[in-house]
Amino acid sequence: MLKKKDIIFENLYRKFSPYLSAAKERGDWKNTAKLIKQGSNKIVEIIKESGLRGRGGAGFSTGMKWSFMPKKKSREHYLVINADEGEPGTCKDRDIIRNEPHKLIEGCLLSGYAIQSNTCYIYIRGEFGEEIEILNKAIEEAYKHGLIGLNACGTGWRFDIHLHLGAGAYICGEETALIESIEGKKGQPRLKPPFPANVGLFGCPTTVNNVETIAVIPTILRRGASWFSSLGKPNNTGSKIFCISGHVNRPCNVEEELGVPLKTLIQKYAGDVIGGWDNLLAVIPGGSSVPLLPKEICESISMDFDSLKEAGSGLGTAGVIVMNKQTDIVSAIRRLSEFYKHESCGQCTPCREGTGWLMRMMKKIELGDFIPEDLEMLENVTKQIEGHTICALGDAAAWPIQGLLRHFKNEVLLRSKKHYVA
Amino acid sequence: MPKIEIDGKTIQVDSGINILQACELIGIEIPRFCYHEKLSIAGNCRMCLVEMEGSNKPVASCAMPVADGMKIKTKSEFVKKARNGVMEFLLINHPLDCPVCDQGGECDLQDQAMAYGNGISRYFEKKRAVKDKYIGPLIKTHMTRCIHCTRCVRFGEEIGGIEQLGATGRGEDTEITTFLEKSICSELSGNVIDLCPVGALTSKPYSYIARPWELKKIDSIDVMDAVGSNIRVDTKADKIMRILPRINESINEEWISDKTRFAYDGLSSQRIDKPFVKNNGRFNELSYSELFLILKEKFSNVKKSKFFALIGNTVDCETIFSFKHFLMKNGLYNFDCRQDNSFFIPKDRSSYVFNSTISGIDETDLCLLIGCDPKVEAPILNARIRKRFLNYESQYPVGKIGLTSKLNYESIQISNDSSGIEMLLSNEHKFSSYLRKAKKPIFIIGQGALCNKNAEKIFYKARELYDSLNIEENWNGFNILQTFSGRTGALDLEFYSNENVNKNTDFLENIYNGSINLLYLFAADEIDFSKVPSTTFVIYQGHHGDAGANRADLIIPTTCFTEKQGIYINVEGRPQISAQIKSPISNVMHSWDFFLELSKYIGSKLDYKNLSELRELMFSKYPVVKNINKIKKNKLQKTKFVRTFNANEILKSNISNFYMTDVVSKNSKTMAECSKMFLAKS
Amino acid sequence: MTSSFKEFASDSLQPKEFSFTAENLREAKIVLKRYPKDYPEGALMPLLTLAQKQSKGWLPKKAIEYIASFLKVSEIKVLEIATFYSMYNLSPVGKNHIEVCTTTPCMLRGSDDILKVCEKFLNINSGSVSKDKRFSLTEVECLGACVNAPVIKIDQDYFEDLDSKSTLNLLDCLAENKTVKKGSQIMRRGTEPVRRK
Ligand SMILES: Cc1cc2nc3c(=O)[nH]c(=O)nc-3n(C[C@H](O)[C@H](O)[C@H](O)COP(=O)(O)O)c2cc1C
Ligand code: SF4
Ligand code: FES
Repeated sequence: MLKKKDIIFENLYRKFSPYLSAAKERGDWKNTAKLIKQGSNKIVEIIKESGLRGRGGAGFSTGMKWSFMPKKKSREHYLVINADEGEPGTCKDRDIIRNEPHKLIEGCLLSGYAIQSNTCYIYIRGEFGEEIEILNKAIEEAYKHGLIGLNACGTGWRFDIHLHLGAGAYICGEETALIESIEGKKGQPRLKPPFPANVGLFGCPTTVNNVETIAVIPTILRRGASWFSSLGKPNNTGSKIFCISGHVNRPCNVEEELGVPLKTLIQKYAGDVIGGWDNLLAVIPGGSSVPLLPKEICESISMDFDSLKEAGSGLGTAGVIVMNKQTDIVSAIRRLSEFYKHESCGQCTPCREGTGWLMRMMKKIELGDFIPEDLEMLENVTKQIEGHTICALGDAAAWPIQGLLRHFKNEVLLRSKKHYVA
Repeated sequence: MPKIEIDGKTIQVDSGINILQACELIGIEIPRFCYHEKLSIAGNCRMCLVEMEGSNKPVASCAMPVADGMKIKTKSEFVKKARNGVMEFLLINHPLDCPVCDQGGECDLQDQAMAYGNGISRYFEKKRAVKDKYIGPLIKTHMTRCIHCTRCVRFGEEIGGIEQLGATGRGEDTEITTFLEKSICSELSGNVIDLCPVGALTSKPYSYIARPWELKKIDSIDVMDAVGSNIRVDTKADKIMRILPRINESINEEWISDKTRFAYDGLSSQRIDKPFVKNNGRFNELSYSELFLILKEKFSNVKKSKFFALIGNTVDCETIFSFKHFLMKNGLYNFDCRQDNSFFIPKDRSSYVFNSTISGIDETDLCLLIGCDPKVEAPILNARIRKRFLNYESQYPVGKIGLTSKLNYESIQISNDSSGIEMLLSNEHKFSSYLRKAKKPIFIIGQGALCNKNAEKIFYKARELYDSLNIEENWNGFNILQTFSGRTGALDLEFYSNENVNKNTDFLENIYNGSINLLYLFAADEIDFSKVPSTTFVIYQGHHGDAGANRADLIIPTTCFTEKQGIYINVEGRPQISAQIKSPISNVMHSWDFFLELSKYIGSKLDYKNLSELRELMFSKYPVVKNINKIKKNKLQKTKFVRTFNANEILKSNISNFYMTDVVSKNSKTMAECSKMFLAKS
Repeated sequence: MTSSFKEFASDSLQPKEFSFTAENLREAKIVLKRYPKDYPEGALMPLLTLAQKQSKGWLPKKAIEYIASFLKVSEIKVLEIATFYSMYNLSPVGKNHIEVCTTTPCMLRGSDDILKVCEKFLNINSGSVSKDKRFSLTEVECLGACVNAPVIKIDQDYFEDLDSKSTLNLLDCLAENKTVKKGSQIMRRGTEPVRRK
């Protein structure tokens, strides 16, 4: 259980102003210059030590990622903030941007300095009208007060932040698609290698990080690596924002330690499942892209990268989608298949063709228009997509269906109107 | 040099290549759709998946650079399954219309479906139907067949140099199209037909007229411009069905221009198949004996100085040589091959060929165009310049003296007239600073400059500029761009009168002012016939009736370049043999046979009895012609000093319409349609 | 569920000209400064967004041509972008463009009903514009406000924690040009846990 004193995002619920003076009262921008003066290597070291893992979905060690950037700066280095939040079930970055923009901006400066970048682009979902406005204003404030700009916090370090607005494409959350998009192209993921740390934005070394990842950096640097790593569990350190949506009485966002039991999240914060805990059917624990977990597993699972992976799912973005027994689960997953079909960038064959196929099969299954063998084929098609694509969207389209078939095959089979005929 | 293991075999390969290329090196074929050697890597079709030790996912071999110690499997069950899956995805939305598809029989998708597919379909949903797009008179689209490999889009961006094709929409709704279905306007557009691995982009003129297995395929050389692109001609029952490029890395890589590809329909109209004589303004048929009689009479009555012969622009060496031989044996020395009277220096090959060679462009560090528009004069060569422009580490400087069409790379306009040369000589233009740094520059002097009144001065001033640079030893980048396939050969065979050249006689003026009584045109159609006095007796020998035949008093048929084998020497000075595609039409003789017969009749004697003797004779007199496919390097000869001159005449290309440059392209309906479509705009 | 505003509007609806207003031209120049000098194409998306704003929510053909020549990129490149990203429309939308999120988290909390309420109230199907051109309606994918589901977006604004009643109320207000309350319709602050009435 996260103690009050360990909460990073004090203004998660919009109690206070997001702007500078209030943010300063919450501790933002305190002694930033001193943090910078530790030197970039030291900052990277601290972040490595803290055990911080990326909050954008993949959970890669942030310090490690930073250390892939070239040590000698021969070209521009770019820091790119992934604020394209589009994973169904996830709405945490939005909260950070509109309620704690200065944590993000300060985080950009510190992280930018750590990877020797003078220029940062924040790629923010175009739909986020209010958030864009608030963030823009906060950036202006930061410039005006010399916190960023030519001489950021008086350190002599030049640091610029530009906003780049998305325009409705989930795939632009994938880091290389995002880079393409800033370059004015279609958001189609790049082939790797080369990796962004070598050839990224505008051909220069680039690090892409999630909003939440960057927004916690200042606090970690202020309170120390060991403070952060004392929270959570080994290899799954710190706190993080969980988004609990779906069939709960009080859907909400909440900051908690990694490793918090799912049941606690749902019962304590979200006011329990609608109809009571026993009315729980399944939970998608990490945003729409991870396989769902049936109630039995939800009883005891703890919400961290490793535990969820072991349970055959993933922490992803920590977007917890709760489904009670009144849910038509086939229909819920079918709707996700529609989502992935709609969001496939269309570049690579298995995803472009496969996501549409999956969606059409799911629609038939929803209608009961299938024979049991069709489920085998469905699973087989998901396997034919998974791992065969340029980016992870293909996997993301496959997993929800695999989860459904893994845990609810009998329920699905019962729908078949052709069941006995065949 | 990394060492990698492929299917248990260890090999050492150059770093920088990808796994697919490494596999090819040892003869392992990897299926692919999107990968193409000459295009950037897209890695989108996922057909080339292989197994790589240490990766639990299959990797796209086209997109994965080799690294030391890699272990690759290309034939495992894992790989087979992966390809099988990709193949299935490609086919689910692909129509099963192979029997009516022009690509049928030479379709990558069809072939690979046989090799890697399941055989049975598990897809019972409705297949996607995509609206066909209008993209111009040359390319037909069947967009439902498209597999989104983006080769066509990449070709446009990377080689063609015009971004007109794109992939709009996203996901399954992605469609290849042009903006508002505008026509693709590029001299190289037809290449996308070859690049398209399925039948989505097919040739309009070739649509539904033949199946690949019915075709006879003949390797040959293109004669529509001076580049000498290597081609393959597909025929059915002696008729050309289509023309495709053949790979030749030194010349056309694997591209051909739209004129090369599509002008052949002009071959079948306006064919001259009999001798004719004009009586009272009307052409009457003649027998050969009647023809010989008239010719004998004309030759014996004409004063040698009142005779002139011109040979056309697209004539093969054998014909040029036999014509010249015939004329000389009859004591006639007044002839030329330059209907445009363009400037060159006799016996100095460096003054009329592309000295750096075409592939040499890849090494250059600067390009200066003088009175030259490579994009319309030699689109294939232009594509090399563009390639250099794109690959160059920094900004590749291209300077322009004279007007051009809109080039597909950036260039700096120095001047419209030839004064730019002097500006550069005196460092008065910013382009001089690039010139001073250049080690391997090319100058390209076009016929636009060399057919100018000041041609000689321009030529030597340009030499002066070139010689003033700090050029790497052994580099000769002083290039002349010929625009006609027969010209270099004619100059090599000295089809000109030394006296005329030495005295700088304007022989065209002589033709126009009535000094010539008997004018013998061999496939020469490009002079101003309105200026030829009506008193001049004009003999026109050729294969297709155009301006020359119209004016002629006597018409003699001859075989067309598709009806005989012939040597052509390309811009670089490289002799190549064009193939006989079909048999000559009856009653039409090869030029060399005709001159033999005619000589017998009029009582002169030629030194050959048949084609092989003719060739021997030609080779012994002009050894350069003999080195088929080879190039002799030329050294620049001594130059001449020229004084400053008034150079205010605007330089522009001698080609005003890319699509119509000789009798064949002028008679082509397809080319006529293209000119109508594209030239009005530009 | 491809947006039905992705097809070019018919020629009769296409304006003859497009160019930036003086103010937008100034804005465009500021936008350009955000990208490196040798990568002006970076400004393509923001400029399209600006053009769409100027044309009241959609991109006429002329605007695409204008942006292409403004940035010296090919028209087809601009069209690729305009058709790839779902927020660009190629045909006119209503004065109030209503986007209903129907992705699973919203669906679980009744977004299908919300969509039906909208269709019924506006008397149009999803994907079309009302006769009086005051409304257009479309389904969209996850708007990224899942704990406030169901959510709709009208032009720049989100309306959250909806139910049929509050949706009707909202539409009523819009129809009568009354001011509407943005954000949560159940008076909650952001994403805090609140029990629904
Ligand atoms: C299809 C797809 C969508 C993604 N969307 C997002 C997103 O909206 N926000 C995000 O931060 N990361 C997203 N990611 C993950 C990013 O690619 C990348 O891993 C992340 O931004 C790295 O930041 P982190 O290391 O701070 O987590 C997405 C990945 C994929 C494959
Ligand atoms: S997996 Fe899908 S989204 Fe990713 S590159 Fe391939 S087509 Fe695009
Ligand atoms: S050939 Fe490698 S992915 Fe297409």
